[in-house]
Amino acid sequence: MLELRHRGGCPGPGAAGAPPPREGEAAGGDHETESTSDKETDIDDRYGDLDSRPDSDIPEIPPSSDRTPEILKKALSGLSSRWKNWWIRGILTLTMISLFFLIIYMGSFMLMLLVLGIQVKCFHEIITIGYRVYRSYDLPWFRTLSWYFLLCVNYFFYGETVADYFATFVQREEQLQFLIRYHRFISFALYLAGFCMFVLSLVKKHYRLQFYMFAWTHVTLLITVTQSHLVIQNLFEGMIWFLVPISSVICNDITAYLFGFFFGRTPLIKLSPKKTWEGFIGGFFSTVVFGFVAAYMLSKYQYFVCPVEYRSDVNSFVTECEPSELFQLQSYSLPPFLKAVLRRETVSLYPFQIHSIALSTFASLIGPFGGFFASGFKRAFKIKDFANTIPGHGGIMDRFDCQYLMATFVHVYITSFIRGPNPSKVLQQLLVLQPEQQLNIYKTLKTHLIEKGILQPTLKV
Amino acid sequence: AHQKLWKVQRDSESETEAKVDGETASDSESRAEAAPLSASTDDTPEVLNRALSNLSSRWKNWWVRGILTLAMIAFFFIIIYLGPMVLMIIVMCVQIKCFHEIITIGYNVYHSYDLPWFRTLSWYFLLCVNYFFYGETVTDYFFTLVQREEPLRILSKYHRFISFTLYLIGFCMFVLSLVKKHYRLQFYMFGWTHVTLLIVVTQSHLVIHNLFEGMIWFIVPISCVICNDIMAYMFGFFFGRTPLIKLSPKKTWEGFIGGFFATVVFGLLLSYVMSGYRCFVCPVEYNNDTNSFTVDCEPSDLFRLQEYNIPEVIQSVIGLTTVWMYPFQIHSIALSTFASLIGPFGGFFASGFKRAFKIKDFANTIPGHGGIMDRFDCQYLMATFVNVYIASFIRGPNPSKLIQQFLTLRPDQQLHIFNTLRSHLADKGMLTVATEDE
Repeated sequence: MLELRHRGGCPGPGAAGAPPPREGEAAGGDHETESTSDKETDIDDRYGDLDSRPDSDIPEIPPSSDRTPEILKKALSGLSSRWKNWWIRGILTLTMISLFFLIIYMGSFMLMLLVLGIQVKCFHEIITIGYRVYRSYDLPWFRTLSWYFLLCVNYFFYGETVADYFATFVQREEQLQFLIRYHRFISFALYLAGFCMFVLSLVKKHYRLQFYMFAWTHVTLLITVTQSHLVIQNLFEGMIWFLVPISSVICNDITAYLFGFFFGRTPLIKLSPKKTWEGFIGGFFSTVVFGFVAAYMLSKYQYFVCPVEYRSDVNSFVTECEPSELFQLQSYSLPPFLKAVLRRETVSLYPFQIHSIALSTFASLIGPFGGFFASGFKRAFKIKDFANTIPGHGGIMDRFDCQYLMATFVHVYITSFIRGPNPSKVLQQLLVLQPEQQLNIYKTLKTHLIEKGILQPTLKV
Repeated sequence: AHQKLWKVQRDSESETEAKVDGETASDSESRAEAAPLSASTDDTPEVLNRALSNLSSRWKNWWVRGILTLAMIAFFFIIIYLGPMVLMIIVMCVQIKCFHEIITIGYNVYHSYDLPWFRTLSWYFLLCVNYFFYGETVTDYFFTLVQREEPLRILSKYHRFISFTLYLIGFCMFVLSLVKKHYRLQFYMFGWTHVTLLIVVTQSHLVIHNLFEGMIWFIVPISCVICNDIMAYMFGFFFGRTPLIKLSPKKTWEGFIGGFFATVVFGLLLSYVMSGYRCFVCPVEYNNDTNSFTVDCEPSDLFRLQEYNIPEVIQSVIGLTTVWMYPFQIHSIALSTFASLIGPFGGFFASGFKRAFKIKDFANTIPGHGGIMDRFDCQYLMATFVNVYIASFIRGPNPSKLIQQFLTLRPDQQLHIFNTLRSHLADKGMLTVATEDE
């Protein structure tokens, strides 16, 4: 709790956003409740041998270096601190959104790099917190090993993805062929090396700390790395599957905040006292509408709806295809009560818009749980923000905590309801089989295709 | 005596481990003294106690461990005899017990007696992850059975979605169960549960995957690890002098190296014996007609005797120019090497864990040995290694699974893949006019 007061550079009593005040802020911003709830006498510290240190032993987070650019500070020096904060957050929000648009324009490859960059930064933030919480300054190898594990897991996942999507490119290069064929083995060997290094690095007086850090690293990897790869898989399915979910979550953040700001009265959950039911429900409805509209607008462009493919001749990513049925306008007959309201018989919609309702619903109802989880985490470890990367907003993790559940949901949704397995992966696996097995499969497929009329029986080699 | 016991307990450097391997002769004395510490409830059956009451405590312990070891090995043989279904059930039970042991330790370490929902949530997460993994396995291997039954078909089609929903429910329950004064504890427990799930559940499923590949892929690795345990202990007991690692002071280099060579030889012999029997080398399949598991097939090349030329060096020693071996025996060398060299790191990891949390054993399930986790800590790395080994070097993807995936693709994708496959086969010269005309 001491750290809250030590936070330099954030004007106003926690107005700069203690754990996510983005949405559902009670009217008038009841910041005092926020800080009083943090003054809990942490009984946690009395439990267990490790946590028997008194509260003051928990390292104070050093006063955050205020990253607000000088120019902004000067421009806003006239306003009261509350509005000044509002403006900083607003400007940064707009900056981030424009950056987002810029990267979308630059294409899928840049998006992949962006996702990778965010993943690495999130990992860094969480590991730094763990490092500080345990004051593991003199633990040998901890940082090296954490980054090494990050590298291993990324290598494993990227290898699986790259092999799938770049099948033609990979077939050409001999060394890549070798790496792909034994990819799992190589990844496992790399991981094992890290595991053995960890075991050999155990120091007598620091066993428990080292095990905690090992677990901390692994859970962080599980959360950040796997989900960032699901994001990339969604991206390859079609940029719209990347854009609509992320925008829905952002929209939910913003609209829930606005609704809460203007109409908020009933608190939602003890964990985040600034969230309100009015914000929650208002955010839900506006997000569904937003998702619906965004889906409509994006479904028109091939650039967004086509799966991303790597063309070896052009050596770049292309998004060109015949849009699937999901993205072709269809006529839906309205249910009777809507007919009366809108005075129309049918409406033309993209089927994808129906799916977008499911996505937005998830973003509004379940996404916030990711935010609550992060709030609880920050309270548990007595930190105000994950880091100070973005002025007024905190760290990258603060912005992305709701996104993670969303990415997994979209991936699961796609694999369950939209498409089957990945064709290039099936092809790649086919090419790895033994020739006799390939021949058997070839015969089976041929019979099947002829039955379905996809293949003409008279076709000769 | 009481103070001495207390000193032993406090001194976490000394014999907190009950593991057998590589003990030096001088250490077994203090081990016998430390033994009573672990027995908060002495599970040694009364029968044994009475039978051994005359011997000194050191030898008594030796005998208890020995008898239990033989009992476990006999139990293992019985289960193998009973078939794959029983093996699967046993693997699952071992998994649940390991999970229970680790969670109980976490619970005790954090005195989390009054945390709401912790135990319920942990078991719920275990259920979810198991459901997910078993669902994926069952769909692969019981494909025809699943397609027949309507409810099963729907469950398997939307399997990932259902599993994710179940997990999400648990996640939301966790968030809603956060209590103001216990945040950190609850997050620790959440992390603890997830890491435990990662270690225990994923690897038990890899074990079952290996089992389906052929029982020999299940039996040989496990036996190698057990053999390494026992051999390293024996070598260490008789010849041990140089300590191996500070973490486990009872392990010695002599035990380590002796165990390595003994395990390689054991693996070679065992795989020679087992490769002769179909019930061990054939993949386990589910027969729809008989509604049971069958192991019946034409053994693959791996399990057919082949002649190998012996390098000249060994020729003079053995006096033979060629030797008949199963190719699988070559693979078994790789498996035994891993079991002897890297498997012990799993043991060191568990030792470090026990020291870190100042516990002597994971639990008291097996008298003289500790908990189930104590026996299985070296096995886990082994299971993953075997699975990765099989996937990389032995077999490719599962052809029936590929066909199944192919059938769910769109027609234009199917055509594209078919044409690519055809040109590939034509390049290899495998397609003849006769084949095309079929």
